[in-house]
Amino acid sequence: MAALTPISRTPVSFYIPVVALAGAVAGLLVGTSQGSSFIGVVIGAISMSLIAFGMTHVSSPEKTLRWALLIAFAVAGYLFAKLPGLVIGTAFGWFFGWFTYWLYEGRYRARLAPYLTPNQVLWHFTFRVICGVIFGFLITPILVVLPLSFNAEDFFTFTPEMLRFDPAGYSLKHYRDFLTNEDWQSSLRNSLMIAPMATLLSVSFGTLAAIGLSQQHMPFRRAIMAVLISPMIVPLIISAAGMYFFYSRVGLQGTYFGVVLAHAALGIPFVIITVTATLVGFDNSLVRAAANMGANPVTTFFRVQMPLILPGVISGGLFAFITSFDEVVVVLFVGSAGQKTLPWQMFTGLREQISPTILAVATILVIVSICLLTVVELLRRRSERLRGMSPS
Amino acid sequence: MSDTTNSGPVLAADGTPLKRSLARALRTQKLRALALVAPLLIFVLITFLAPIADMLFRSVENDIVRKTLPKTVAALSTWDPNSGELPDEAVYAALADDLKVAVAEKDHTKLGSRLNYELTGASSLFRKSGRKVKKWDLETDGPFKEKFIELHEGWGELPIWQTIKIYSPKYTSGYFLNAVDLKKGLDGIESRPENEQIYWLLFKRTMFMSMVITISCIMLGYPVAWILANLPMRTSNLLMILVLLPFWTSLLVRTSAWKVMLQQQGVINDTLVWLGLVGDADRLTMINNQFGTIVAMTHILLPFMILPMYSVMQTIPETYLRAAKSLGATNWTAFWRVYFPQSVPGIGAGSILVFILSIGYYITPEIVGGNTGTFISNRIAFHISSSLNWGLGAALGAILLLVVLLLYWAYDQIVGIDNVKLGG
Repeated sequence: MAALTPISRTPVSFYIPVVALAGAVAGLLVGTSQGSSFIGVVIGAISMSLIAFGMTHVSSPEKTLRWALLIAFAVAGYLFAKLPGLVIGTAFGWFFGWFTYWLYEGRYRARLAPYLTPNQVLWHFTFRVICGVIFGFLITPILVVLPLSFNAEDFFTFTPEMLRFDPAGYSLKHYRDFLTNEDWQSSLRNSLMIAPMATLLSVSFGTLAAIGLSQQHMPFRRAIMAVLISPMIVPLIISAAGMYFFYSRVGLQGTYFGVVLAHAALGIPFVIITVTATLVGFDNSLVRAAANMGANPVTTFFRVQMPLILPGVISGGLFAFITSFDEVVVVLFVGSAGQKTLPWQMFTGLREQISPTILAVATILVIVSICLLTVVELLRRRSERLRGMSPS
Repeated sequence: MSDTTNSGPVLAADGTPLKRSLARALRTQKLRALALVAPLLIFVLITFLAPIADMLFRSVENDIVRKTLPKTVAALSTWDPNSGELPDEAVYAALADDLKVAVAEKDHTKLGSRLNYELTGASSLFRKSGRKVKKWDLETDGPFKEKFIELHEGWGELPIWQTIKIYSPKYTSGYFLNAVDLKKGLDGIESRPENEQIYWLLFKRTMFMSMVITISCIMLGYPVAWILANLPMRTSNLLMILVLLPFWTSLLVRTSAWKVMLQQQGVINDTLVWLGLVGDADRLTMINNQFGTIVAMTHILLPFMILPMYSVMQTIPETYLRAAKSLGATNWTAFWRVYFPQSVPGIGAGSILVFILSIGYYITPEIVGGNTGTFISNRIAFHISSSLNWGLGAALGAILLLVVLLLYWAYDQIVGIDNVKLGG
């Protein structure tokens, strides 16, 4: 976006206090960890305002000064607390250099509408900080797990060696454990046997049904839809309890086939939702055109309809796969020890808190979900492009 | 049409009346659509709806008393439980007869544990009696009344007989009454003793905590949905990843992450101690209580709140707010009177979804909830896998299911099932 508002340098009475405030907060953090918050606040505020005043009153160009500040802070941090200090110092140095000039040159105003009052500008940035904190809340737990899985100790927390970035504090032993431990390997095998079968079942039934549901003259659509979506809405513990009772009556409890059926039922709503969403953009005259040219319904389905709705079908299938792959409640009840899946193994591990191997598995699963997320997003874009081709 | 002057019906090409021909074509289309849906419908019926129906059936089924003690139940039909007198010799003789059969089939212990849910001590009474009765001779060893009372004084007291009488019908509301801390007494329904009342408390706690979780999701989700809807497309797509990544990450991964964060030697406590905000000796207890459950579940369900809100907010034109301000509204008025009412459907959709999902949660409360942060689902699981009181578990499940279905219906009315969206 181009600059909305002409910007000008701000007076000393504005930017110095703000930088001092930020310096006070930083000083508070450093001060408390060193034992005295009050001294930290005072030193932080005074030193940051002096630095800001100095930087804006020296004739050297901005870039040089900011680099100088960054390096000075990094060195100070390293001398003070070795590697972690270096990281924190670099971050602080970069931030204060950027922050000082951002305020001093009035850049913060550039992208905002010119008629905003100072209070509105303040609120605008406060709001962004709040949102940033919430995004942090969303992502931090996942980010914390990643480094902890390389822990050399059997702890669920950061050791002093890890915080010093000492290579001795890190190891791949939890990954090794995952790859060699028979419990984990057999549960991985079970998961990989159950999930694809369940996906196949829910995708094949679900796609057919979604096509039926998208027909113009479908009777009782709302009621049927409500029934088909219900496995997603009914609490898992209730589904699990019911399946446990019923499947043990018919002899499916504790069998591979029983778990596959149960997981297929749970995956169906996701297939229905994604495929019907794709079919909304499907142009039905294409089917009529194909029939007009002599194609039978099966050919029409596989040569005309299927390629167009394939992205939706695949992302529905991915949802169904991840549902089965992540599912633990139903398999706990319907399965027996022979069907112990990866989530089940993790659940037992978490309850008894045996080893951080769970964190290694968690990291692997996070990477798998990043891959899946990417695939679904690409498919969604492709589906939108394909739909753009049809004249509707 | 005014220019159709023909008197007869309009005919199709093959000579049948057009109306009938069209109706037939329509019927074929409907049948074809139904035929496409039918396999899945049958599949869901067998694998999902039948189990639910089975669970509902088990919550009222009470065949065991009648099946194990058929003669006793018949003999008891003339006995008045309010009379204050023990049943007569015929009933005891019938009991001896029934128990002999039951012991041979090993059914008497099952019956004992069933009746133990209603009357403490019934289990051991039946186990002890079974061992002795096995050796009795039905022809010669009478009269049985004295023998039974001699065997165990429980048989000489009224409660066991009253319990057998009350639970002799084929179906019972006993499990449901039990699930709301009531029980069947002689004169109808009465409440359980204070120290046995746990389910009502659990239901209240489940509702309360789901409410807190929903409200915190609204508070946290609203700003995020707003900023996603109002930023330029490129930036908001990037930020969307931060919402979708937790959404796609395995539930157990997120739960284990919270365990790592919240425990006493965990990341948050370590950070606080390092910063000097809490002393090393008095680290905060944030796990195995309600706080842990609420924080972890808010995080887990937050994407379900943000996504519906975002899709509603995307459709609200930015210009409305500017128009309101240019007409003299303050920031707050413009937001509260113009923007907020239009975003309410998103809040409604997200809240119902989050609330439905949270009242049925099992895994997360089980791992981070401890004793005070567990939900009704944990109790259901306990009854099905540990205490084996399946009827009570099923009754608790049926009540929970009823609540969820009511909310589901409301969701359908407000949002429409067809409008459910999944992640962007």
